Amino acid sequence: MPTTKPLTAGLAGLAASIVLLTACGAPVDEEPTATDASSSEPAAPDCTADQLETYADGVLTIATDDPAYGPWFVDNDPSNGQGYESAVGFAVAEQLGFTAEQVEWVTAPFNAVVSPGEKKFDFDLNQVSITEKRRNAVDFSAGYYDVRQTVITTKGSAIDGATSLADLKDAKLGAQVGTTSYVAITDQIQSSEQAAPYDTNDQAVQALENGQIDGIVVDLPTAYYMTAAQLDAGVIVGQLPAASGDVEQFGAVLDKGSPLTTCVSQAVDALREDGTLDQLAEEWLAQQGAPELS
Amino acid sequence: MQVERDEFRRRRTIRSALVAAASTTVLLGGATALVVTSPGWERVRETYFSWDKAVESFPAVLDGLWLNIRVMAVCAVVIVALSLTIAVMRTIRGPVAFPLRLIGTVYVDVFRGLPLLLVLFLLGFGGPALNLSGLPRSALFWGCTALVLSYSAYVAEVFRAGIESVHPSQRLAGRSMGLSTSQTLRHVVLPQAWRRVLPPLMNDLVSLQKDSGLIAVLGVIDAIRAAQIETAVDFNYTPYVVAGVLFICLTIPMARATDWYARKQGFHGAGGMM
Repeated sequence: MPTTKPLTAGLAGLAASIVLLTACGAPVDEEPTATDASSSEPAAPDCTADQLETYADGVLTIATDDPAYGPWFVDNDPSNGQGYESAVGFAVAEQLGFTAEQVEWVTAPFNAVVSPGEKKFDFDLNQVSITEKRRNAVDFSAGYYDVRQTVITTKGSAIDGATSLADLKDAKLGAQVGTTSYVAITDQIQSSEQAAPYDTNDQAVQALENGQIDGIVVDLPTAYYMTAAQLDAGVIVGQLPAASGDVEQFGAVLDKGSPLTTCVSQAVDALREDGTLDQLAEEWLAQQGAPELS
Repeated sequence: MQVERDEFRRRRTIRSALVAAASTTVLLGGATALVVTSPGWERVRETYFSWDKAVESFPAVLDGLWLNIRVMAVCAVVIVALSLTIAVMRTIRGPVAFPLRLIGTVYVDVFRGLPLLLVLFLLGFGGPALNLSGLPRSALFWGCTALVLSYSAYVAEVFRAGIESVHPSQRLAGRSMGLSTSQTLRHVVLPQAWRRVLPPLMNDLVSLQKDSGLIAVLGVIDAIRAAQIETAVDFNYTPYVVAGVLFICLTIPMARATDWYARKQGFHGAGGMM
């Protein structure tokens, strides 16, 4: 039947194009390389700049979020080497044999860092706490900072002068959403009030200033920064007891199965052993006594 | 002859149905194959479509959705009242009502022009900072206020279009029967306008339902925010998918209900009442 011809031809064409599309759409798997270090090998992989499979050739690409906050970064410029995480980034690069000129800082929103898909960086420094559950989605380096969760408030608020977790029972506390600080409100403090999640720490500070919440939970260095620089009458209430004995740590985030994980971890461990991390923490995260909440 | 014609038509019908089925199968099958054969599919499936994670996060997301629904219900009522007022203000005739028209026009221009998120931040963090006695500081109150102000500007325009689509002869007929201007508006113009703008109103209601989640930026927990909190535990994005499915489940019945209501009301397109 002559009238059917265009239709059949069209269908055949459609089918053919889909087959083609499928063929194009399925990229060939990367060939496994010999350096895909399975960590069971005792022999250390070759962690030198010219051997590492970095995202961009001959350059170490480090990511962080924008804005980058103090005391982790200074002036929202990660590449100036100021601020604890910026300094750690350069120190790790140096350990791996990259010069400061060979370090490229890029912006990566937190969600882009932890979701599947191609990563446009080698590792990410963004105060991400290492947890076992998160390891299902990403790789972590060794921890480069030991985190203590801290409660801050403003002078004369309901929880100013609290000395124990029991004193915080009825407090309305806020924290940045999706952080271990936020989880600490629900799990550790177990406040009767619904914890208030904010997109950024700045908004939590704003809400505290407005009297919409009684206090904020953040990590200790950020607590110093907030009470000193962001709040008019900020006070540190105290540190939360270490949860269930294990120390919470910030780690560099790498793509799951990244060939660099072992090397970056080794670099961080080396920096911890030779005292560089302590020295940088001393320099950028000046620790004065914040009382421990019982 | 007629039998042959019928037979021919029947064959054509069957054939086109078969062709439609085949082409759909090929297209969907091809798209599915493309997705599931991609090298990253396994990881995407674990990250976005994990059944265990969905079950685990469902109560929290549902709890958040309850806030969306409450916010939508309360705001919708206030928005209808406010926007109808604005629309009437803008359509009153006569020189003496000029200030009303001016206020209405300025209001609509300003709040239609401002991004909702901006209004939320300005009111949500700026409002409580005013320290006005008598006004609550709660994020929920200020968030709903921002939603009402933004959406009323849109809905006022929808109502105004409805009011102006009612043929002038209707108004004149009402007046000639001895009804006052306000009576004409109430009994003749508004009922017709309301019926005509029901579908676009429904559209705005669905939009409001989704945007109600934006008040989460002020520190309250809606469905999306609850999903985000669940996601942060292990970087598994399934809760977002759960939230999306719940929102769709909420929207579809609303759309069907509107269709039904419109049919019951004897909805005719604009001009159908003439």
